[in-house]
Amino acid sequence: MTAVAVAVAVEGLTKSYGEHEALRGVSFEIREGDVFSLLGPNGAGKTTTVEILEGYRRRDGGSVSVLGVDPVSAPREWRGRIGVVLQSSAMYETLTVRESLALFGGYYEHPRPVDEVIGVVGLLEKADAVVRKLSGGQRRRLDFGLALVGDPELIFLDEPTTGFDPAARRGAWETIRSLRSLGKTILLTTHYLDEAEQLSDRVAVLREGLIVAEGRPADLTQSPATEIRYRLNGEDVVVRSEEPTRVLHELTSAALARGEELERLEVRRPTLEEVYLALTQEDAR
Amino acid sequence: MRLFAHELRGQLRLYVRSKELAFFTFLLPLILFVLLGSVYGHDRIEGYKGSRYLEAGMLGYGVVSTAFAGLAIFMLIRRESGILKRVRATPLPPWAYIAAVLAATMLAYALNSVAMIALGRALFSVPLPDRIFSLVLTLLLGAVAFAAMGLGLTTLIRSAEGASAAVNAIYLPMSFISGAFFSPHSFPQFLRAIADVLPLTYFIRLTRDVMLRGDQLWNEPGAIAVVAAWGLAGAILAARNFRWEPAEG
Repeated sequence: MTAVAVAVAVEGLTKSYGEHEALRGVSFEIREGDVFSLLGPNGAGKTTTVEILEGYRRRDGGSVSVLGVDPVSAPREWRGRIGVVLQSSAMYETLTVRESLALFGGYYEHPRPVDEVIGVVGLLEKADAVVRKLSGGQRRRLDFGLALVGDPELIFLDEPTTGFDPAARRGAWETIRSLRSLGKTILLTTHYLDEAEQLSDRVAVLREGLIVAEGRPADLTQSPATEIRYRLNGEDVVVRSEEPTRVLHELTSAALARGEELERLEVRRPTLEEVYLALTQEDAR
Repeated sequence: MRLFAHELRGQLRLYVRSKELAFFTFLLPLILFVLLGSVYGHDRIEGYKGSRYLEAGMLGYGVVSTAFAGLAIFMLIRRESGILKRVRATPLPPWAYIAAVLAATMLAYALNSVAMIALGRALFSVPLPDRIFSLVLTLLLGAVAFAAMGLGLTTLIRSAEGASAAVNAIYLPMSFISGAFFSPHSFPQFLRAIADVLPLTYFIRLTRDVMLRGDQLWNEPGAIAVVAAWGLAGAILAARNFRWEPAEG
């Protein structure tokens, strides 16, 4: 046994739809209590991966363990230990927020109190509003509430903020942070980089059915070299280095010794965005 | 059982809140009954007062609009919008969900039938049925069979947009051809040939025999068998192909 408990373990996961290979050997682990992001463009295989973990789809190959259970043969009790937020956000339009949570909470052995859930997802003023009258952001918060009301250990969030305006996204992020602070393990899929960066303990970048990078958000921007740019004799010079301090020191010492100015001197780290684009668009280059 | 009771309360609440279901299940059959009853309620059809004859047929229309069409449409909408998929992600056993949906539908049909009979008595002085036990059994048989057909039908339709159109295109002509609104004896030969294979024809034959002629349900094994066979076919289709997920995605 490892020191840190593993909530989800995926090894060599493959899945094809006819000729199309949606997943070509995906492996990752999610530790208990972590927020783990699957980041990638549309069609990369994020939803396929999540729906295999949720037990909606069957895999072609590889092994999957979710809370120690293979979703393919999971008993119904296992469903009480996971919470699912689907992309679609469909719910009964004619029930109120409170009634929806009470209805779904009743499916579980040990549900969280409805009023507490309403507080966690920030819908206190809307508790007795009919679902039909909620805004997109409020619906999504109720969605989180429905995933949380059974008090699961692990929550799947499939593109929870797609199509949101910035304010609604920030609201959703706050809710996700509060789920995390309750000690829930969270698997989040997103194609928004800032979302992964803001919320996750670990990020895996998925591209065309393969994981092309994995690590802490900071690690992903660590590996590529720092860029040092300046202008010399009218020409742009770019130096990339893993040891920017030493290189910069040498460059500036030499310039000082010659009595020159390094025009337009600039030292910068690639943003996660640039790393992400480089990872997901290699073919386009 | 606790889960079933919990879900049944939820389904009844959803039923009461739905304007579409309220209209199709309650108002439309009652409105049609009043309209048609006003038109030929005083005629004599096959030796019976028109409104009395009509009432027995309208119980047949009620069963297809509630248990068959209404059920199929709202289950298709729930499936295609993703609500059924969400339910599937919870520990609620699938049987408890389906059983609660069916039970809520049957209760709605029972209320609809009581309202129909009360309206017939109040407006058209139709005598109350005297074979109560047989009538209840008949309506129960019809509700179960047509609900099974409704669930079976959902497996043949792929989109929520097409749901209403497809379901209406089946149940409205069927109600007409099976003689829910008129006596089928005046129909041309080809319509009667179609009527002869439709389950609603046999269900209405049962309600008329029980309500008009004072027969007991069990004296009509042939008609019972046809209704039950259609119901069984629907149940088999539903059991084999019922889906909880939208057609796409």
